[in-house]
Amino acid sequence: MNPSVDALRATFSTAIGRAAVARDGETLVCVRAEQLREVMQWLRDAPGERYDYLVDVTAVEYRDRERPLEVIYFLRSLERRVDLRVKVELDPRGELAVDSVVPLWPGAEWLEREVYDMFGITFRGHPDLRRILMWETYAEGYPLRKDFPLRGRFSRAEQVRQALAANPEAHYSLEELSIAEAYDELPRDMKERLERGERGKLPHSE
Amino acid sequence: MKHMVETKEIAGQSPNWLLARLDDLVNWARANSLWPMPFGTACCAIEFMATAASRFDFARFGMERQAFSPRQADVLICAGRLPFKLAPVIRRVYDQMPQPKWVISMGACASSGGIFDNYAMVQGIDTIVPVDVYVPGCPPRPEGLLYGVLLLHKKIKGESLSDRALREEHPLDDKGLRLPPDQIDEISEPFGNSVHQFRSA
Ligand code: SF4
Repeated sequence: MNPSVDALRATFSTAIGRAAVARDGETLVCVRAEQLREVMQWLRDAPGERYDYLVDVTAVEYRDRERPLEVIYFLRSLERRVDLRVKVELDPRGELAVDSVVPLWPGAEWLEREVYDMFGITFRGHPDLRRILMWETYAEGYPLRKDFPLRGRFSRAEQVRQALAANPEAHYSLEELSIAEAYDELPRDMKERLERGERGKLPHSE
Repeated sequence: MKHMVETKEIAGQSPNWLLARLDDLVNWARANSLWPMPFGTACCAIEFMATAASRFDFARFGMERQAFSPRQADVLICAGRLPFKLAPVIRRVYDQMPQPKWVISMGACASSGGIFDNYAMVQGIDTIVPVDVYVPGCPPRPEGLLYGVLLLHKKIKGESLSDRALREEHPLDDKGLRLPPDQIDEISEPFGNSVHQFRSA
């Protein structure tokens, strides 16, 4: 087992849940959602740890509805050549939200957007949380959830209609959108974020 | 010539000798200088590239110049599966192509959704744009695509200038669809192995 687990227990005691060694030899450790940001910050910065690379963020929902949803972070320390998996369990009956780790690893931005798009898990404090694989106006829900029918919720004709009604330019990043023509068709909250200058500047907002 | 074709006597009658000769000439020219607009979205596009490369070389059939701009293309070749997110894109590309234009649907995915009978995939591009030739296969070999191109040649050689309906534009209807909704549902019905999947969880 990765010695980081014992170090985590010594530092955060109750915030750390069970730990196990997966079949491929990697260590995974559960962390309480409330302390996630602190724990991750520590894992990134503490001298003996230095997990400076976030490889992936993903999520799992189990067939058994009683089991919690899990958000999983794959960490790697490039200088020490060690891997660690951190899991956060979310009760499906409660609010599906965790703190974003984008402030720690900027590369988490698209990874968290993908988890949000596919599972509907909100990342608090994410700078630009919107769908990334499906289009902005996709209305059928979150495709990788277990209650999502394989062929989607709407009839095929309705799916075709909605897809054809989408503006291809509305898939751009906010920066690109600041120069694109689709601005008028953006959802209102996106317009507000653009106008606040959160992401890039609109040429006509000055 | 153009003037003669447009006079009523000729256009109104069944094709006469002169018009038939003119059709032959125009169709021969059109069929042998198709400019393809490749719309390669997935694995089929690799076979499409092989078809364009020297071993198979579809330039032999007049497709020397691939038009990467829809404005200068005659035949849209959809090579690969089409996700719903790309549906408005292929429709826009098709709308931007000038007449005369044709569409080849290459592969099982473009023609029917193939093995991807799921929430993200268009179940046949004919629900989005009209298709002239379907090339089956997963992926079709380059010979298959060439056979499809030759079938398209055959189709073009059977067209007539007097048939104006062939060159009419059909924009999306007021519902924003190309076909009536029940027809789209029918085309998209599962078949083969995918009938064993359940629609709801
Ligand atoms: S038909 Fe087969 S080869 Fe072609 S895009 Fe679909 S899966 Fe790929």
